[in-house]
This record gives sequence, structure tokens and C-alpha cells, in this order.
Amino acid sequence: MDLTADFFALFGLPKTFRLSLSELDSRYRDVQAQVHPDRFANAPEGERRLSMQWATRANEAYLTLKKPLERAKYLLELAGHDLQAESNTAMPADFLMEQMEWREAVMEARAGGDHHELEHLYQRLRGDIDGRYVEVAALLDDARDYALATDRVRRLMFLEKLLYEIDDALASLDD
Amino acid sequence: MALFQIAEPGESAAPHEHKLAVGIDLGTTNSLVATVRSGIAVCLNDEQGRPLLPSVVHYNADGSTVVGYDARKDQAVDPKNTIVSVKRFMGRGKHDIAHIESMAYDFVDAPGMVKLKTQAGIKSPVEVSAEILKTLKARAEAGLGGELVGAVITVPAYFDDAQRQATKDAAKLAGLNVLRLLNEPTAAAIAYGLDNGAEGVYAVYDLGGGTFDISILKLTKGVFEVMATGGDSALGGDDFDHRIFCWVIEQGKLQPLSAADGRLLMMRCREAKEFLTKNPEAPITARLSTGEMVDLKLDVATFAEITRTLVSKTLQPVKKALRDAGLRADDVKGVVMVGGATRMPQIQKAVGDFFGQEPLTNLDPDKVVALGAATQANLLAGNKTGKDDWLLLDVIPLSLGLETMGGLTEKVIPRNSTIPTARAQEFTTFKDGQTAMAIHVVQGEREMIADCRSLARFELRGIPPMVAGAARIRVTFQVDADGLLSVTAREQTTGVESSITVKPSYGLSDDEIAGMLQDSLAHAKDDAMARALREAQVEAERMIEATEAALAEDPHLLNEAETARIRNAIAKLQEAAAGDNRRIINIAMDDLGFETQEFAHRRMDQSIKKVLSGRKVEEIGTGDEE
Repeated sequence: MDLTADFFALFGLPKTFRLSLSELDSRYRDVQAQVHPDRFANAPEGERRLSMQWATRANEAYLTLKKPLERAKYLLELAGHDLQAESNTAMPADFLMEQMEWREAVMEARAGGDHHELEHLYQRLRGDIDGRYVEVAALLDDARDYALATDRVRRLMFLEKLLYEIDDALASLDD
Repeated sequence: MALFQIAEPGESAAPHEHKLAVGIDLGTTNSLVATVRSGIAVCLNDEQGRPLLPSVVHYNADGSTVVGYDARKDQAVDPKNTIVSVKRFMGRGKHDIAHIESMAYDFVDAPGMVKLKTQAGIKSPVEVSAEILKTLKARAEAGLGGELVGAVITVPAYFDDAQRQATKDAAKLAGLNVLRLLNEPTAAAIAYGLDNGAEGVYAVYDLGGGTFDISILKLTKGVFEVMATGGDSALGGDDFDHRIFCWVIEQGKLQPLSAADGRLLMMRCREAKEFLTKNPEAPITARLSTGEMVDLKLDVATFAEITRTLVSKTLQPVKKALRDAGLRADDVKGVVMVGGATRMPQIQKAVGDFFGQEPLTNLDPDKVVALGAATQANLLAGNKTGKDDWLLLDVIPLSLGLETMGGLTEKVIPRNSTIPTARAQEFTTFKDGQTAMAIHVVQGEREMIADCRSLARFELRGIPPMVAGAARIRVTFQVDADGLLSVTAREQTTGVESSITVKPSYGLSDDEIAGMLQDSLAHAKDDAMARALREAQVEAERMIEATEAALAEDPHLLNEAETARIRNAIAKLQEAAAGDNRRIINIAMDDLGFETQEFAHRRMDQSIKKVLSGRKVEEIGTGDEE
């Protein structure tokens, strides 16, 4: 293993979307316990630098694998599938329509200061997103249909962003 | 040669001696130094048995200094040459400092960081802080009877890069080997958590003399994980004094005060604040130089009323930190109070109400940070005793970003990222034939560049001329375990590589530190060159010791030729260290570093494999999957 090993290999985990988060947590901590700069605080300069690189890598790996969207994107990247997230934003019309409806509902609830409605929208979207990850798991781990998975992950990128905006709106009502 | 003891393979190179390491709480109002003695963290007291050192430095005309209680006596008589609360000026420009108009100093606006004009010359806050650190270092070395191997210095969690860099520079100037800059609330959590064997989510509410921090930490077996942090690096107990001060001026209908009267009255206000933590009413009396008498009484209710906005100002960052951690107030198992200012009853009540529980105050809020820092210093110095082992995962408090077109910020590393961390971003040229590109690094959460703190500006030159958009410039941000940033930029399409590593503009270069060291040593009998040589020899000694230990532990990771090359480099370094040429020692250290690089990689790899082995991979994929 070296610094260019993939994130799954770094933690000795199989390269799958389905992942035990508690297992990831404990492996991350085990690896950090070995490589963290605090273990090398009194070591020569070269080892301190090396430790910083490894610990940085472990943090990046953990952050990527912990979040399902990032994990899915990373698996697609490893499989050589470009998400074209920035250059190609064309999505099917019905999906976009649905997005607009969601956004309108959020804006309306936010403008009206309707905390309850925002909370409801949040929970509904959360449920929708969770269901889509079950599908992504099947596409990536079982069917290995990366093309279809790419499409589903791109939709999830929109939905996660929307979820974040609802959360933002909720926080702004709290202040 | 007596200096180095060479161990036979299989033997430990270093005898198990206790290394002298300390934790230093460099506070706005008071500073402390602590160490671990026989397994217990203790504060080191001064000759009169006092643990606190007031963070006050008085400059005499001959350049000598008085630090601590004795300097505090000078503040009312000689305010211009007596620097208090210097922490407020660390890494700060003149325009950043609140209430600057009511301060008695002669400020000199310098690029990056403000300076102070004293009768001993112009002093930077870094130099003033170094005087405090030197006093604590001397106290520690006298008390422990030896040279320190290193120190952990605490900083407010919400300190930005400029403030952290300034603190580290001050420590270097004081001749301390900085093992780590540690966030104050995290230090408190170590002191608290290890004492109580706590598990779960804890909030550390840390209101010091001049800074406020809130950290949300998850404590699990042997791991302290900071989930989010927030705060205000210009809000503290001093501001409560200032509110009382304004109230006194208003109530007493006082005319504008002289510097000495202002300082006197401010001291009386501070005393009143402290008196109110245990009494329902505090007298404020003072005879001013104009002959006017101040004779007022402040009660607890009025005090709470005039400081209500300050108290609620601390709760905003608390809410934000909880949200960043993805938690609610009732997820928090315990609230730890840190900093002398948390003794104020209105603070305890507000925090208790917010979290719906009594805050924990069973550790002395003045000492808890220093004790935690000492505990961490002991671990970092390598004095651990097997079972006493833990891992600390801390975060960066403020987002780091770059200026993009139109004066907007593009975030590169979001706040609350676990450190060390790195992120690379690609940029391109926007004009045909463009050969240079300006890069502006900022820190803060706001959209507009003007609202963030400017950390560094540098220019990447030597980009090969290409059509617009063809160049690929990769800018890498690296934040180390001290929370300090370095930036590297590299053009990578053409094989012509151009890279630069910047140290943010306010940071002192090694030459500047060497210059300041020489200045300060002119007053002592010490010799800067001799000290630098001694430091190089100690570093060489440490490096040889570490390499010998590694060779003894993992000889199987090297073939014969590799082992021979490393042994050869060790021998050369030993020879160099026995001489008195610092440059030759440094070259020999670089050579040994080069020869052991691959070995260090293999050792790291081996340790990761070892810790992951014995786990059953096929068990994964079931359980709490998403």
C-alpha cells in the first residue's frame, strides 16, 4: 500500500457502495492512530511530513466514504465513469419539472415562515433520497450498471443540494 | 563520543527516561504552565506559590522587562509601557481591534500586524507574547531541573491562521520547541474527559479574557473527535469590564479620562466584576487625577442587564456549531465551562438554560486548559505508559478560500474539516498568452472577499504562453495538525512546472526570527550562534536515536544495501554533530532524511496493515448500511 492506494484499500474495505459505517469509523480511527502527526510530534522532520501526508489522505478517504453521495461518485470515478457534473447539466424534463415544484414549495414555506411545512418537506425528501440510494447500491454492487448508476447519482446530486437548502431555510427561521 | 549511545540491534536505543515537556496556556489575562509529574498533571507555581502569571509585560527604558504581577502594578502609573491583553493584537491589523480608542498605547500600524511603541522601542505583539512565554519557560526549567524537550501551546479554537502563526512565532522566539498548537477547548476536554472517563457528546463553552470558543466533541474510547467548533476571537471577559466602564462613565457623568485614569477605572471595573461572582452588590470607588471621586454601587441585576447582549452574542456561535455537528442541544451529554469569565452567574444561567442542564464546573476553569495541554505534551513527547494512550482529531475553525472574478470567494476547504487536510483546485488562464496569475488566499465564511481575512497574495509566474483556458494550474492548500496553512501552485500541462510555497504574509521568516533572537539575546549573556548550534546538535541526536530505534525494530523491511546506506548516513551525521559547523550538521541530517524516506514509508505501511489485519472482511456489508 502506498499513498496512491484507493480509499477502500487504505482502510482494508471491499470496493462496494454498501458499507458498514461503524466498521468504517473504527478502521479510520485505527489507521489514524498509526499515522497521525501526534504520533510523530517528536520525530525527525521527514517522518513528520510523511505522517502529515498519510493523515491527510486518511481524512480525505474517510470524508469521501462516509457520505453516500461522495462514496457513489468515487466508485464511479474508480470505474472510469465521468459524472460530467459541471459540463453536462442536461436532465430529463420531468425530473426538472419535479425539481421546480419542490423548489417552489420550499420558497413558499420559507417566505411564510412555515417551520412545520419545511420540516415536513425535509422528511419527505429525506425518505425519497434514502430510497434512491437503495437503487444506487443495487446498480453499483449487484448489476454493475455504471451507466445507469451515473444517471441516478447525478439526480441525487440535485436532490442532496435541495435537502441542504431546506436545512438552511430551517436554520434561518431558527435565528 | 559520549553524546550518542549506539544500541545493538534488538535493543532499544534510548533508555526510558522521562522527557520534560510542558503545556502552556497563553491567555489574554493570565497565563499558566503545567506538566505531568508521576502521571498527574499539575500547574507549576512561581516562587511565591502562585500558579497564574498575569499576561502583562512592562518595558523599561533600558530594554529590560518585568512580566506578571509586578508588571501589573505598573499599568495605572505607566500605561503606555505596560502591555496588557496583548493576545488581542496577535495577528491583527489596527483596524481589526475593538475599542482601540480607549486603549492607552501608541499604536504603529504595520503591514499585517499592529505594533506598539514603548520606551524600549517598537514591539510587535509576537515579541510581547514571547516575553510571557520566556518567563514561563524559565519557571518550568527551574521547577523541573532541566531543559524542556518541547511544549504544547494552546490557542483559542477560533483563532485564524494569522493568529496561530503569530503564536507559534512567539513560542519560537521564546526558544520553545512547539510540539503542537492545541485548541483551548480541546485541551479542556482532555483534562476533563480523562479525569472522568466520559463517553458521549460534550460541549466546551470557553469564555476567556478576550476570546470565546465553543467546541462540540465526541468522546469515545480513547478518541477525542472535535465535530464542530465556533466562536468569536474578539469577545471575552474584557468586554464585560468595558461594559461596566461605560456604565460608570455614564452614571458618574465623567469627562474624558487621561490614560492613567482610564486604566485605573478599568481595573476597578474588573474588580467589581469579580466581586459580583460571589456577592449581590459591588462597590466601585476611585479618586481620579482631576480630583473627582467615583463612588458607585453595581448590583447583579444591573450587571446582567448591561451585559445581556454580550451573553446572547456567545449563544449564536453555539447554535451554529451544533448545526454544523448535525446535533441539537439535547444531544449534548455534558457542558464543560472553561475560562475565568464563566464564573459570572449570568453566563452560567444562560448556558444552563440553553442546554437544559447544569454546566460542569468541577475543574478549576482557570487551570483546566493548561492541565489538558500538559497531558497532551506528555503524550507527544513520548512519555506514554502503554494504557495512557488516546487520539485527538481536531478541526479547522474557518473556511479557506481563493478570490475569484468579481471579488467573490471560492471555498476550497470548508470550516470544521478534520486536520491535517489538503485540497487541490484547478484554475486556468483567461487571456491568450497569459504567463502569470495572481492568487489571493482568504479565510472566513462570507461571500465577498472584502469581508474575509486576507491571508496571502502571491503570483505564479512562468506559465508557458498558451491560448486562453489551455493552462491547468493546480493550487494545493495544505493545513497541518497545528491548523496552519501552506499553499502550493503548479502549472501542469506542459511539463514546465512552476511551484511556489507561500507562508502567509504576516508570518515571520526564519531570518526575522533569527534577527529578533539576536536582538533579545544582546541583553543576555547567551550567544545566538551557540544556541543555534546546540539546537542542531540536539535535533541530530534525536534523529539518530529515532533511526536506530527504527532499525532495531524493523530490520526486515530493508535489504543489506539499504541498511548499509542508512548506517553510513548515521555515521556521517554523528561525525558532523561532533563538530561545530551547523551547516554541515544540517546537510548530514538532510542526507539521512533522504536515505530513510523509503524506510519510513514501509514502516507506515506495515503499521497500517498490522492494525487492519485480523479483521474479517466478509463480515462487512451487513449491519448498519445505508
